[in-house]
Amino acid sequence: MSTPKDFTVVLDSDARKTPRRIAFITKRTSPQVRVKDEERVMTYPEVFFRAVVAVEALAIALVVTALLWDAPLEGLADPMHTPNPAKAPWYFLGLQEMLHYFPPVVAGVLVPGLVVMALIVIPYFNINIEAEGMWTKNKSRRLRIFGIVVVLFCIFLAVFHVWVALVPTLIIAALMYVASQADPQSATGFRRSLVRKPLSYWIMTWFLFELVVLTVIGTFFRGPGWSWVLPWKGAL
Amino acid sequence: MANTADQLVDQVRESRIWRSIFRSGKGDSNLHKSLFVQQNVFLHLFSIKARKRTVEFSATWYLGAMTLGTFMILVITGVLLMLYYHPSAPQAYADMKDLQYVVSSGVFLRNLHRWSAHAMVFLVFAHMFKVFYRGAYRAPREFNWVIGVVLLLVTLLLSYTGYLLPWDQLAYWAVTVGSNIASAVPLMGAKIRFLMLGGTAVNANALLRFYVLHCVILPLTALLFITVHFWRVRKDGGIYAGDHSSERSER
Repeated sequence: MSTPKDFTVVLDSDARKTPRRIAFITKRTSPQVRVKDEERVMTYPEVFFRAVVAVEALAIALVVTALLWDAPLEGLADPMHTPNPAKAPWYFLGLQEMLHYFPPVVAGVLVPGLVVMALIVIPYFNINIEAEGMWTKNKSRRLRIFGIVVVLFCIFLAVFHVWVALVPTLIIAALMYVASQADPQSATGFRRSLVRKPLSYWIMTWFLFELVVLTVIGTFFRGPGWSWVLPWKGAL
Repeated sequence: MANTADQLVDQVRESRIWRSIFRSGKGDSNLHKSLFVQQNVFLHLFSIKARKRTVEFSATWYLGAMTLGTFMILVITGVLLMLYYHPSAPQAYADMKDLQYVVSSGVFLRNLHRWSAHAMVFLVFAHMFKVFYRGAYRAPREFNWVIGVVLLLVTLLLSYTGYLLPWDQLAYWAVTVGSNIASAVPLMGAKIRFLMLGGTAVNANALLRFYVLHCVILPLTALLFITVHFWRVRKDGGIYAGDHSSERSER
């Protein structure tokens, strides 16, 4: 690949507690680097004990659930009689909600394929290892790109009438804009925490938000013919 | 009394038979605690010590451990359910009714399996987002993240194939909706769907295929990747402690 490096760089990024230190350690001298000792516990019994307690708490919760609520069982499968609506399992209802707007090749193949690809490459594309805030450098240029991307994407969603996906997008975009306008030095509390978020954080949060919104809508708010219903009232 | 009970336990742990089975003997020293983990084929996937910060609730919320817990519950209840189940239509549905009205605790068994399955899907997603927001997926743990994505897909497939097995209206049409998506794949969509279902529609062949996938192929795949996943946690320097400065000492 490139020419071999003559030194390694050690970064201490715990900036809130300690000042940032950068140490240049040349390979030739290779000095001992003292690392602060961390308190350790034995896996057996301490870690196993905690894991077992967690699993048992979960098992008790599941047993109680199983005693109180019965798993659904409808009539015998009948290919001649299609229920309306025919719904996939809940974890696919976000996809099914998208099938309502986009052709199957987009909502059913392209989008899930891209999501899986994106998830796989996340750790390999994260060159921003220090998790530097998105707006700390090149702010005006990044704001311009950000604005163009958001507007184009919102137009795309509007063309397909995907209002349910537009709302989370606008909320996340608004939060990103708030973060860009906050001053990292003087901002406090919530705004300060926003300033420090890298781009990957915003994309994942947007994805999580969309996933939850689409799944909840598909599960509770869709009825016959995929029309809007209220879960407590039936068809609107 | 407690004293004699302890002595009895120690006697058993020192006995020739016990020692022939478990390689670590009695004793409370750190060496014995280390051997307990290291000398056990299953436990040696884990490290002998862990950084205290990574063991706290706030570090992981124990989501990974609980996911494994649901998987174990699902294997146990699943095997028991297999004793009462025929993967043929419409007998499969009759078996559901038998579980409901004939088999002792049959309803409870099916409930526990079903709710645990939902819990597992939820926990896998929660685990993934927790790992992301902690930044624990970054080097040197990139590949373990990829294995995690594979496990997410295997979990979804396990849940999806299991969804068909009751052979009721809910199962039939949910799987029909899902398999129609497969046919949207360009060029070979119809072929993929045919391979998946063993026919052009959800029928008895599809039930048998989903049964084999659900009870044999996918659980074994999951087990394989779970093993690598846990082993890589140890090899990649233990659970991520939350800052990169402490990482250097771990490799």
